[in-house]
Amino acid sequence: MIDRAVATRHLGTAASVLVALVPLVIVAVFFVLPVGAMLQRGLWPEGRFAPGAVLDVLARPRTGRVLWFTLWTSTVGTALSLALGLPAAYVLHRLRFPGRAVLRAVVLVPFVLPTVVVGLAVRELLGEGGLLGGLGLDGTPAAILIGLVFFNVAVVVRTVGVAWEGLDRRPAEAAAALGATPAQVLRTVTLPALRPAIVAAASVVFLFCATAFGVVLVLGGVRYSSVETEIYLLTADLLDLPAAAALSIVQLAAVAVLLAGVARLRRGPDPTVRRLPAAPACPTRRDLPAIGVTALALVGLALPIAALVAGSLRRDGGWSLAHYRALGGDAGGLLPGPVTDALTASVRTAVDATWMSLLLGGLVALTVTRRVRTRRARRVRAGLDALFMLPLGVSAVTLGFGFLIALDSGPLDLRTSPLLVPIAQALVALPLVVRTLVPVLGGIDDRQRQAAASLGAGPLRAWTTVDLAAVRRPLLAAAGFAFAVSLGEFGATSFIARPAEPTLPVVIYRLLGRPGVDNEGTAMAAAVLLAAVTALVVLAVERLRVPGTGAW
Amino acid sequence: MLRVEGVRVLLGEQRHVAVDDATLAVGDGEVLAVLGPSGCGKSTLLRAIAGLEPVAAGTIAWDDADLAGVPTHRRGFALMFQDGQLFDHLSVAANVGYAPRLRGAARRRVRGEVDDLLELVGLAGYGERLPRTLSGGERQRVALARSLAARPRLLLLDEPLSALDADLRVRLADDLRRILRDAGTAAVLVTHDHDEAFAVADRLAVMRGGRLVQQGAVAQVWAAPADAETARFLGYPVVLEGQAARRALTAAGASAPVDAGGGGDGGDGGGGGGAVQVALRAGAARISPGGALTGRVVALRARADGLRVDVDVEGLGVLPALAGGGGGGGADGGSFLPPDVGDAVRVDLVADRIAVLPG
Repeated sequence: MIDRAVATRHLGTAASVLVALVPLVIVAVFFVLPVGAMLQRGLWPEGRFAPGAVLDVLARPRTGRVLWFTLWTSTVGTALSLALGLPAAYVLHRLRFPGRAVLRAVVLVPFVLPTVVVGLAVRELLGEGGLLGGLGLDGTPAAILIGLVFFNVAVVVRTVGVAWEGLDRRPAEAAAALGATPAQVLRTVTLPALRPAIVAAASVVFLFCATAFGVVLVLGGVRYSSVETEIYLLTADLLDLPAAAALSIVQLAAVAVLLAGVARLRRGPDPTVRRLPAAPACPTRRDLPAIGVTALALVGLALPIAALVAGSLRRDGGWSLAHYRALGGDAGGLLPGPVTDALTASVRTAVDATWMSLLLGGLVALTVTRRVRTRRARRVRAGLDALFMLPLGVSAVTLGFGFLIALDSGPLDLRTSPLLVPIAQALVALPLVVRTLVPVLGGIDDRQRQAAASLGAGPLRAWTTVDLAAVRRPLLAAAGFAFAVSLGEFGATSFIARPAEPTLPVVIYRLLGRPGVDNEGTAMAAAVLLAAVTALVVLAVERLRVPGTGAW
Repeated sequence: MLRVEGVRVLLGEQRHVAVDDATLAVGDGEVLAVLGPSGCGKSTLLRAIAGLEPVAAGTIAWDDADLAGVPTHRRGFALMFQDGQLFDHLSVAANVGYAPRLRGAARRRVRGEVDDLLELVGLAGYGERLPRTLSGGERQRVALARSLAARPRLLLLDEPLSALDADLRVRLADDLRRILRDAGTAAVLVTHDHDEAFAVADRLAVMRGGRLVQQGAVAQVWAAPADAETARFLGYPVVLEGQAARRALTAAGASAPVDAGGGGDGGDGGGGGGAVQVALRAGAARISPGGALTGRVVALRARADGLRVDVDVEGLGVLPALAGGGGGGGADGGSFLPPDVGDAVRVDLVADRIAVLPG
């Protein structure tokens, strides 16, 4: 009996090691290797370790400008996203009013819109002849900020809103009964309870702002460059690899510092949070300021989309469907085939990327939520958790370029493989998938499994009864998000998409790069098409009503 | 003083009536216990008094000033929750000092005040601990100290001891009474546990189905429950009706006279032959060789305070009876032999453990 018990336990350990090993190997080959190769090019330029070149790059005045620009736009963008997102999170998740569900879904859409589409939409809104063209913001850092805030408000609303929704009302009532005014309740009870969520949202938004690629590339042109677009320019246009590697290292280090600092900040004095979803309340007069800010945010989210749709329908000063008809063509030979082919390619790629990231993310989630007893095992688990979050912090451009230079020889010569793009996109979507699944798996009360076992369920049966049942809908939601992210992925894809089979975001960028009214119109029509497909996927996900989806 | 008149509270999206036509008053320094089964609306009534639930009809007033429209934080009523609702992110001292800090008291003075209150609730030296490191009883003591620190004109206690185990509950109930008495604060205590209510309160209000069915001094309510259900809730295990009730009264009267009020009612009921009801408290029936009633033992149960014998008493039904050395049963010396199931026994009823319910 004892021998058998020991054998079973060994088998269990072996299985969990295997479960952990698969994603580990994949991340090692398709993430650590390419990024490492990229860094190696910079630090060992001719086979010799020469960090001097990197330091030289950092001393360049342009590098300083780029770093400073990235830092301040990210900071301001984060602050603005919080200023708009926190009141909206309160209104959309804590108050009761008709149309709440629809508005919550609508707010989520910008988050998954392809960055190229967002950039284009903001440009259309602020540009000459745009609705807000009179403000003269086109081509200024303000335009970039608007773009950054546009798609990060959703992150704040989502992350903080979900936490706020689950916030027990009674501590606030206890404070009020002790004489605290509403403002004092907010300051002393509600905000401290929301702190982990706010810090998490702020750090993720900062990260997204600092590594934003498509938005800055489309709106900033060559005048304003962030670290991410600079890496792109240095590698793709100037072929200055040491400089690009230097910036990548700076970015990686900054992200690591940020994540470590955030982990520390998130840890309040008491990490346990009591969850007791509070029934939404009827709005009162005191809620008016928050409702006002929310309305402003909603208008702000709707305007660029409206501008984009309007732009795609206008030609020569009149309304026309010509740009949409042009989607059937190849833009006068600029593209290898009709734009609609790119959509097909995008969808096909996204399907592949989705199953890959789900498989990978599922294994990762299982690994990092596995209950461990020893301290060492816990440390290993924490290390794996951090490793799998890395793709969040590493520039997609770095990853894409790393793919190009690392996976070009021997058994790993995948440059012509149709799987290369999906793999890269799956890695980009991986943190999102993991973050959707982990809270659900980690939140399952272990006693449920014990109850199942005590009723005679074997490990596998207990797992399907308890874990699988809990994770089924989050898994679908994660699939939707992975699909949407992959559809819009541009940073890595722009490097590795095969010329003959570009994805839709790549096509849009190519169209924009070629001046001409028709090309721009076609780009807008393609962007509307891409946005519509993404929005549909996200709205379908939202209908699943998965608690905590997209909460970091 | 607090005056609640004809208050009605509607809850949830269906607007169902949680509290209906509630009227009560709490004088200065008085402790009122609202006693009722779970779901009877007593906590809702408490929340309405605190200003946390809107009142659909009726008035809540303090010293003749209507509190309608006065938000919770301006009422000066501290509410202590069933599970304490300590602020988990604050230390014990910061929790207790929360209200004084809100009032802008100096840090130094707050510290002195907090130390005094922690001393009062028996937790001196716990100031730097975090709430999650405390046991259930300690958390409730901290919550009480925190409420007292607000210097409330009225303390609202929502099942303050219910989350604790029985042993601790008894001890804390005595502490609670002492602390409330020392602080001289008027309080409304809501509970489903009659022992807790008896231990802490001066006056009792019994609530059922959203309505207050009986009010009065604790001893008065306890001696004369308003109806059968109230009697059961107050801890009378048996309520007899009609013929059985009359027979019980006669039996009790045969061994000792029923007290004045009960006797009058009893005579009334006996004469009219109407729906007289008699409630028997634990220990009302005793196995005694000279008892007026006869019965047969149907079950034996060992209890901390002696052997409980279920006796099927002729004409009354099954009653829990006390058997053992104490009281009248031990009259014939120490050689008491416990009865066995199936034995025929004589049973005596003790008059002061019987309450006659008003028709």
